[in-house]
Amino acid sequence: MDWLTVFQNSLTQMIGVQAIIYCLAALGLNIQFGYTGLLNFGQAGFAAIGAYAIAVTVATLGWPLWLALFFGILGAIIFALLLGIPTLRLRADYLAIVTIAAAEIIRQVARSVSLNDYFGGSDGISGKYAADWYALNPLPVGIDTALIRFSRNDLWVVINGWTLVAVIVLITWLLVRSPWGRVLKSIREDEDAVRSLGKNVYLYKMQALTLGGVIGAFAGVIFAVAAQSVQPDNYATTLTFFAYAVLILGGAARVFGPVVGSMIFWFLLVFVGQALNNAVKAGYISSSILRPDQVGQIQFMLVGLGLMALMIFRPQGIFGDKKELALDER
Amino acid sequence: MSDSPAAPSRTKASSIKAALASVSPVPGAPKPDAIFVGDSITRSFGGLAAVDVSHLEVQRGSITALIGPNGAGKTTFFNVITGFDPPNTGTWSFEGSSLAGTPAYKVAREGMIRTFQLTKVLNKLSVLENMRLGAQGQTGEGLFRALIPALWRKQEEEITERALGMLEQFNLIHVKDDFAGSLSGGQRKLLEMARAMMSNPSMLMLDEPMAGVNPALTQSLLEHIKELRETGITIFFVEHDMDMVRDISDWVIVMAQGSIIAEGPPADVMRNPAVIDAYLGAHHDVALTESGESLTDTSVSLTKSEES
Ligand SMILES: Nc1ncnc2c1ncn2[C@@H]1O[C@H](COP(=O)(O)OP(=O)(O)OP(=O)(O)O)[C@@H](O)[C@H]1O
Ligand SMILES: [Mg+2]
Repeated sequence: MDWLTVFQNSLTQMIGVQAIIYCLAALGLNIQFGYTGLLNFGQAGFAAIGAYAIAVTVATLGWPLWLALFFGILGAIIFALLLGIPTLRLRADYLAIVTIAAAEIIRQVARSVSLNDYFGGSDGISGKYAADWYALNPLPVGIDTALIRFSRNDLWVVINGWTLVAVIVLITWLLVRSPWGRVLKSIREDEDAVRSLGKNVYLYKMQALTLGGVIGAFAGVIFAVAAQSVQPDNYATTLTFFAYAVLILGGAARVFGPVVGSMIFWFLLVFVGQALNNAVKAGYISSSILRPDQVGQIQFMLVGLGLMALMIFRPQGIFGDKKELALDER
Repeated sequence: MSDSPAAPSRTKASSIKAALASVSPVPGAPKPDAIFVGDSITRSFGGLAAVDVSHLEVQRGSITALIGPNGAGKTTFFNVITGFDPPNTGTWSFEGSSLAGTPAYKVAREGMIRTFQLTKVLNKLSVLENMRLGAQGQTGEGLFRALIPALWRKQEEEITERALGMLEQFNLIHVKDDFAGSLSGGQRKLLEMARAMMSNPSMLMLDEPMAGVNPALTQSLLEHIKELRETGITIFFVEHDMDMVRDISDWVIVMAQGSIIAEGPPADVMRNPAVIDAYLGAHHDVALTESGESLTDTSVSLTKSEES
């Protein structure tokens, strides 16, 4: 491996499938947390619902993909209602606790031995279940340049994935500039003030939780289609926390925050990992300091340090407004 | 209000005074035309009975003050009747329809709009956006309609127009694009009141509207409130500033330790020994002047409850 490949891989991942998945998850969190102030720590659960809806219905039951998508969305709506009905009238922290637990319950159920026949246990479900959809791909070949490289299938996923992101960004943009968005932002600031002006706060919170959850389910759908498999452990709390990192990196309550955040996050993560790997292999870093098998951990430590530095020097995120943040300190 | 008659003839004011003249000044007195009627409303925190109101009526179109020493239960009473705090017992009705157990947002939609003692402005929204939020019946506040700006843009423009007019009256026009969080304490009070007005209330409930507002502006706001009365809005407010109470109220209700202890026209109430006892304690030795000056001074020193 050489430095050009390191760079090529980093750029590819910057706009690759993982970046899309985390971007979608963070777009959902942006509606919930960024604009409404709802602490949903169960975004991984919503993604799992989207992914398993695809895998179970298409792979196991042989239904068409569009129908699977419908069930993914329906599942996310039901999950949001289940989480929201008991908690949204209570203080914000209750939602946080309930969502983190509920997402774990989903994962544990998916990987349980007794439901092996439906969900495939800890191995998950794999198969060529999105074959029909891949067959729609009009592109003759993938792309292989000095800067990026995608296989034919990946390119198809990436193009459709970013299109989906663009549609969701557009919807978010329309919504947050509307009176509806104004109510959401007001709820984030002070629910009682909003109630005193005749707005049904509970309904708005439910809408925000549901909308953000459905967007999160799309993250799982893309994941399942791109990998042509689902594994329960991909939907652990790490997914949620990475998505939060992406959101805060880009800037919460900014329409493009999750997009930029996700790209930077994945570029950095891959670049740091591959650069370290390259340096160790080429002997720039002696193996007494860092062995190749330790690169994985160091990679996350360095990215973590970078995020900390960002929070210290630019706490509002890349797109955020420092003036807005300063208001909290009054 | 921009659509109010410009002439300060105050016709409503005198007719309300006339209507209230026949009301006997006793706690719980029935009013000739009550917009709000409450019965046996109680709220206790642990062992403490914060509110224990057996009967209370507010005359339609009047400016009614609710006064009482700190901790009397005025804010709690406001919270209960606006649906922000569940009572232990009680029924109350507004414009004839029962509101007990109604959630706060529905109470507001019925036309009872309140402000808070500790102001609740939306810090990260601009002053103008705060104002726009106050408007009722917005088409664009529905999730799906929000996606089609053509459906709500015109209404938004009308709302903005009205908001700007209101900000002008409340002396906030120069800060309309600032974050509400950057306003001073007094400006927040003003913004909250102006925002409540955006909802077109039929009864405006103000919890200490003048606390922290500078005296020059207080005067113009008092005039403004009197103008509101001319448009037919009922104003029910809590205030410690006795000068203001005397100046604008048609009727004063006095609360102490959760109960209504006196009612009547401002001048009578401030001469009432029970009221003075409630404010100063039973063993006061302060001489009472006809104008109630000593009461004013004392209450001013008691008021500093603003902005935690
Ligand atoms: N949430 C609460 N929990 C416990 N006690 C409370 C609560 N809210 C109010 N109280 C108590 O109820 C009583 C009435 O309080 P309230 O705030 O209604 O008084 P107030 O008349 O508005 O006083 P002030 O003029 O100082 O604003 C006080 O003794 C207060 O300590
Ligand atoms: Mg109070």
